[in-house]
Amino acid sequence: MKRSARETEDVARSLTRRTLMLGGGMAAMVAVLGVRMRYLQVDQADEFKLLAEENRINIRLIPPERGLIQDRNGKVIAGNEQNYRVVITREAAGDVDLVLRRLAGIIPITPEELERTIEEVKALRAFVPVTVAERLSWEDFSKVALNAPALPGVVPEVGLSRRYPLDTDFAHVVGYVGPVSEKDLEGLETPDPLLKIPKFQIGKIGVERWMEDTLRGRAGTKRIEVNSAGRVMRELERQEGDPGLDIRLTIDAEVQNFAQARLGEESAAAVVMDVTNGDVICIASSPSFDPNLFVRGISHTDYNLLMEDDHRPLANKTVSGAYPPGSTFKMVTALAALEAGVITADTRVSCPGFIEFGGRRFHCWKRAGHGTVSLQRSLSESCDVYYYDIAQKVGIDKIAEMGRRLGLGQRFDVPMSAVTEGIMPDKAWKMERHKQDWRIGDTINASIGQGYVLTSPLQLAVMTARIASGRAVSPRLVRMVNDQALPVPEAPPLGLTPEHLQAVQQGMYEVVNGERGTAKSSRIVDPTLVMAGKTGTSQVRNISAAERESGVISNDDLPWNRRDHALYVGYAPYDAPRYAIAVVVEHGGGGSTAAAPIARDILLRALSDGMPSLDAYPSSQRGRIETMLNELPLRDPVTGIAPVRTRA
Amino acid sequence: MSFLEYRLKQVPTGFRKVLYLNWPLVVLVTAVASVGLLMLYSIAGGDFDQWARRQSQIFMVGMVLMFIVAMVPIWFWRSMAGLAYLVSFVLLLFVEFTGEIGMGAQRWIDIGPLRLQPSEMMKFTLVMLLAAYYDALDSKKTSRPLYVLIPVLLTVAPTVLVLMQPNLGTSILLLLAGGAVMFAAGVSLWYFGGVLALVGSVVVGVFTLRGTPWQFLHDYQYRRIDTFLDPTADPLGAGYNIIQAKIALGSGGWSGKGFMQGTQSRLNFLPEKHTDFIFTTLAEEFGFIGAFSLLGLYALIIGFCLMAAFQNRDRFSALLIVGVGANFFFYIAVNLSMVMGMAPVVGVPLPLLSYGGSAMLVLLVGFGLVQSAHVHRPR
Repeated sequence: MKRSARETEDVARSLTRRTLMLGGGMAAMVAVLGVRMRYLQVDQADEFKLLAEENRINIRLIPPERGLIQDRNGKVIAGNEQNYRVVITREAAGDVDLVLRRLAGIIPITPEELERTIEEVKALRAFVPVTVAERLSWEDFSKVALNAPALPGVVPEVGLSRRYPLDTDFAHVVGYVGPVSEKDLEGLETPDPLLKIPKFQIGKIGVERWMEDTLRGRAGTKRIEVNSAGRVMRELERQEGDPGLDIRLTIDAEVQNFAQARLGEESAAAVVMDVTNGDVICIASSPSFDPNLFVRGISHTDYNLLMEDDHRPLANKTVSGAYPPGSTFKMVTALAALEAGVITADTRVSCPGFIEFGGRRFHCWKRAGHGTVSLQRSLSESCDVYYYDIAQKVGIDKIAEMGRRLGLGQRFDVPMSAVTEGIMPDKAWKMERHKQDWRIGDTINASIGQGYVLTSPLQLAVMTARIASGRAVSPRLVRMVNDQALPVPEAPPLGLTPEHLQAVQQGMYEVVNGERGTAKSSRIVDPTLVMAGKTGTSQVRNISAAERESGVISNDDLPWNRRDHALYVGYAPYDAPRYAIAVVVEHGGGGSTAAAPIARDILLRALSDGMPSLDAYPSSQRGRIETMLNELPLRDPVTGIAPVRTRA
Repeated sequence: MSFLEYRLKQVPTGFRKVLYLNWPLVVLVTAVASVGLLMLYSIAGGDFDQWARRQSQIFMVGMVLMFIVAMVPIWFWRSMAGLAYLVSFVLLLFVEFTGEIGMGAQRWIDIGPLRLQPSEMMKFTLVMLLAAYYDALDSKKTSRPLYVLIPVLLTVAPTVLVLMQPNLGTSILLLLAGGAVMFAAGVSLWYFGGVLALVGSVVVGVFTLRGTPWQFLHDYQYRRIDTFLDPTADPLGAGYNIIQAKIALGSGGWSGKGFMQGTQSRLNFLPEKHTDFIFTTLAEEFGFIGAFSLLGLYALIIGFCLMAAFQNRDRFSALLIVGVGANFFFYIAVNLSMVMGMAPVVGVPLPLLSYGGSAMLVLLVGFGLVQSAHVHRPR
């Protein structure tokens, strides 16, 4: 269309005007954008710079190497072994199913594990590695490495995991580690950031748990640059942490192994203590279990097996088992009476086989009675009536006070789980606990370590060590931390009259070495290693008057769990006491037959450099002892491998 | 419509046309595109091949196309306006239906190695058609309702199609482009005032009726608006992009972190860092100085376009140049408002910088039209 010049002019002017308006609007908008830019980049720059830094930098923890637990000579009880494992990353693998199926053809993986891995791989982000198999043998590990080209995304890795080479020997003492649980975090106000690492392993029971802080070490940190997906781009800075400190226990692994083997399949406990400084040389509880099972994650079958066993392999009987001490308690009653001046070392009591108080008859274990009994005979022949008599004269409060002085009724500070306080009853205790007045019958029962009195094998060992040394030695389980010997606290004297102590020690000597001593058959004939001790047999059931009339049922005729506990406490050498021992065999029958022989063997093992010398045993027993010692399933001292035990 | 309207003798011919190109515009466009390549190289972590290579190839092709388009007389393009619009519209329909048969929102057609987005084409063919329309229309009729309705329909029809893809960003740009040409063509301001008033009252209505039984939108749509108004309310969801973008921008500070030192973008905190959010990388690495300079370059390009429009006494050419320039401006304004947290994230690339083939190609062809109009302007 041809327009007139005039019209064209007008239209062009209008267009120019409108374009100018448009341009003005655009300029205004550009100005707004510029102002906004300035506001964000100049005025608020500092704030955003901070946010950007937070976005970019991520702090990751480097888990420290856990401290070792060693025996007193440096033998490793709990170590860290290289854990050969295989991880897969989805991103690099591509077809995860195919790669995993190939992998399963090379190394043993169960279909369930395969399933679990595939699920886990698919649930996580593509670059997160997932563990397919752990604890591979070196052969399998190398196979994976060799076949790497056919296995994209599969990486063989080496990590550290806890291992207990002496497995069953130290299960109760050292315990085991396991992944942090919700319960572990409870009550921690500022938990170590390490605990938040998934599957981080911490001590669950035993020394592993109670010395966790020493063993764990301090986490190192690395500052890494990550993207918003969390992928690590590079490491900016690394700060190494401190590895956990090594702990050396006071326990001698070989003695411990011997004790554990000697206890065999009995439900029993044995504690050997150094009389001079309280060092616990061995603290064995049987039957035991393999702590390595727990580190790996125990199967339900294995766990149920352990739980259902009536010998309670999971229980640490040395410190958590509370047993009536039976006659091993008699030294306490005797010392209480001596110190109170109720008796002297020469006081004699007549034992007709029973004693009557308030119309009740209290029987001696020997129905016919012991006749006239001195302190020494009361111990060596374990006359009950003697103690019934002196106990009601001295009173329970003094007996309890003596018991506590000797280490009973209190919890010792040892890094172990479920350490029991036991019970050292007195009048106030009964009132508080049972809301009842203390009765004379209670004193009678307590005087021979029955009734309310409960002690742990550890307490009994401490009691024996204190009687042997006259000093208030306390048990010590840790000898060195980080190769620094811990100071040995000086044990204060018990403050007992030496003559009184000596009289009791003399009685204990007679128990083992006297003509009519209850532990006579467990004596040590080597004159340099002579043992003193006391047997105990504690009832776990009440004997009714009717049963007493018709004759007490023999232990052999009772079901296992109703038989008496067999106890023995002792120390050697008699003239220069070195080690004290306490042995409890649950439902073992008599202390002299079930507990004392074990105690002698373990004590001799502790006193010897290697296996006990047969010369220490009475000649008539040597043949039998030799066979027994040879058959003990001991570990090879070098390899640490134990022969396979078949359960009786 | 005939070339006779032009005084042909005064129009350069043959290769002499090259001398009459709007060279400042060519230089500015090349400069901005070079900055874009630099940024793509940086975002890829110093990898030229990831994005920059392809982008530079497309830029080359685009520049060649621009020159070819520029060499062809503007009256030819004017005569092609109707056809071009029709082709774009048919392609848009085609994408709409194949898209529905296929996998959801397919917005492009594969032509060999190129992906052609008809919606991108439509932005410029619409401008062409509207310019041709107003060139043909008796200027007295410009503001008559019927003659206003025609360009409105021409604009709204493709807008609705694009909106259905769904591509909110491009449909807004189409509306704005159409509006800009109509505005420049001299449509009465009352119409614009009316539209603004209508939009304003809708916005007020949406907000005041919220929570009442008469509310316009679904609750989830309201929540989206909330997120836009306060992105910190949903930092890992819808607000994530915008928060991260602001952090990248802000942390650049006055002078930036330096080339290839941008942590936000290089570490993948930023989504779409090489496409719609490419500006944040530039702002992070070159700071306020760099970002403001880019804004300046853009302003210069628009300025030269408007200057070219003033110089051009041919109505079609002037309207076309204004339309292309306005289009270019709206791209920038919407994108920058979006990444700076002043507008919702609607998916509009930053012209000449963002990675993406068809937007770049179409834009360069658009500038080719501008050049053609400039070269063949009446003298």
